[in-house]
Amino acid sequence: MNDLQPGLPQLIIILGYLAILLLLGLSSSLLFKGTKKDFQVASHSIGPFFLLMSLFGTTMTAFALVGSSGEAFKEGIGVYGMLASSSGIIHSLCFFVIGVKVWKIARNNGYTTQIEFFRDRLDNDFIGLLLFPILVGLVIPYLLIGVMASGTVIQSLTAGLSPEWFEATKPDGTIIKALNGGVPPYLGSLMVCIVVLVYVFFGGMRGTTWANTLQTMVFMVLGLVTFVVIAMKLGGTESLFENLKVLGESIPDDKATRSEMSKTKFFTYLLIPLSVGMFPHLFQHWMTAKSSSSFKVPVICHPLFIMIVWVPCVLVGVWATGDTINIPPTLSPNALLPFLVKKLTSPILAGFLAAGILAAIMSSLDSQFLCIGTMFTNDIVTHYKGKENVSDRQTVLYTRSFIIGIVAVTYVLSLFDPKSVFALGVWCFSGFSALFPIVLAALYWRGLSAMGAIAGVLAAIASWSYMFYQALQSDTLRTYVLDLPIGEETYDVMPVVGMLGSSLIAMVVVSLITPKPKPETLAKFFPAQ
Amino acid sequence: MTGSSKAASKGVWIISGLVVLLLILHQDNWNWESDTLVFGFMPIGLFWHACISLGASLTWALATFIAWPFGDDGQAFQENNQQEAGE
Repeated sequence: MNDLQPGLPQLIIILGYLAILLLLGLSSSLLFKGTKKDFQVASHSIGPFFLLMSLFGTTMTAFALVGSSGEAFKEGIGVYGMLASSSGIIHSLCFFVIGVKVWKIARNNGYTTQIEFFRDRLDNDFIGLLLFPILVGLVIPYLLIGVMASGTVIQSLTAGLSPEWFEATKPDGTIIKALNGGVPPYLGSLMVCIVVLVYVFFGGMRGTTWANTLQTMVFMVLGLVTFVVIAMKLGGTESLFENLKVLGESIPDDKATRSEMSKTKFFTYLLIPLSVGMFPHLFQHWMTAKSSSSFKVPVICHPLFIMIVWVPCVLVGVWATGDTINIPPTLSPNALLPFLVKKLTSPILAGFLAAGILAAIMSSLDSQFLCIGTMFTNDIVTHYKGKENVSDRQTVLYTRSFIIGIVAVTYVLSLFDPKSVFALGVWCFSGFSALFPIVLAALYWRGLSAMGAIAGVLAAIASWSYMFYQALQSDTLRTYVLDLPIGEETYDVMPVVGMLGSSLIAMVVVSLITPKPKPETLAKFFPAQ
Repeated sequence: MTGSSKAASKGVWIISGLVVLLLILHQDNWNWESDTLVFGFMPIGLFWHACISLGASLTWALATFIAWPFGDDGQAFQENNQQEAGE
């Protein structure tokens, strides 16, 4: 194996994995019934296991493997509490409080998208026009992050493959050793886009769910294997437990504790996972459930799955800050895991890890592509042409066409290499979290009026834009916090507090002073007990 | 209010209480600067939050028994689907 061209085993494994996904997507299309309902929500046929895997795969992006170890390397063990255990509580809360209820209402009324639900619930057409660009605008940076990250991962893990063809240089012309010869990002991203496009195009939601299930299993298993192999190599003894002890003791104090982390920032980070309640791609996955009981397994297992993926990655990240390995000072935190795998393991494992990271990326990309295609079709084309004027066959055709369009647009945008898009991650989450009060009130508060919801959305987006502008001006997109003065102390809080607070206040105040939806509308959503 | 809806309502209060407890335990200021290694290898701040994840899972498991809002409606919707397909 050592005689093989560097990067070749990794490339073969990546191509093999992509081929398996293609086959899976095409196989799922054999069950396709040709209807809109089948293409967009798999005819509501998804049971508990597939629902768990597709929901988990969709919420976990590349960040789950690469970002978690990188952030732990930078910030220490506190990132688990900030990003993982908080999500374990809040995501399942959203599935339980929002997902199950919205599923029931949507099944009774035939909704596939959030906007269909809001338009009916609030008796208002404008809310759809207002929400559509906001939801699409918040999803697109996420798509870009996924597409760009896939290209970067493939390039770094196939480095050395062909230095003559794929030279990697800095703007000043010097060679980047760690990337030189690897498949360039424009090719790697293109491969991933084409594979995702094919299985979403042919398999629709069923293909997406099957692929997500496989991909979730792949990245969970490979994450654990990588953890054990790295522990065995870094620890230097025969026993895994002894190695864990050696590595545990090597972690510097500032990374083994949260001494450098703001307590109020940690606390207010709890609001970020509320974004799950307003993700349009998760809404569409919820609609695939066979029954409301199908949600039980995802609600229970989601926190456990997060723990299984995140604890090993966070440990690997903090071990790398100790004295058992030398990490180049110029290494980007997000490149830590690929670096450790390349340095400490075989090309075969590096290839499998690349497949695992791509699995995590693609299991989010596919749902987002499908969801945007569905929103364009249902919320714009079908809504304005009239449902009676668009056949099932046409709906599927439009959805597929929009999916091709959005994949092409995302790929072309990724070629401009907008690196700043990576800093947008937490801002997108915050934007969705700021809209959370609207969906909660729509489900549980009869007093919510259309004007109240519109005011809430406008307040969310206005406060988001203001803080985003402030962060851009001060070049603090990644670190921007609000200062909350209490007494003589000033506390750091996440910007999502301001966004969510303004949205909530605007929604409640305006709802209290404006007319409520018609009684017959309320009766549809709040049946008498 | 029927007996079963009373029980479900009580269940919702129990689950709400447990979720609030989890959120309080999540802000573990008492572990903030402790460098204790649990089992000799796991920093206590990480171990504590792994336990929070387990606690969350158990809480949601309990919720499916005592606070689930709906019965099993899959059959009814499946029949509805079949009817639609037949039409």
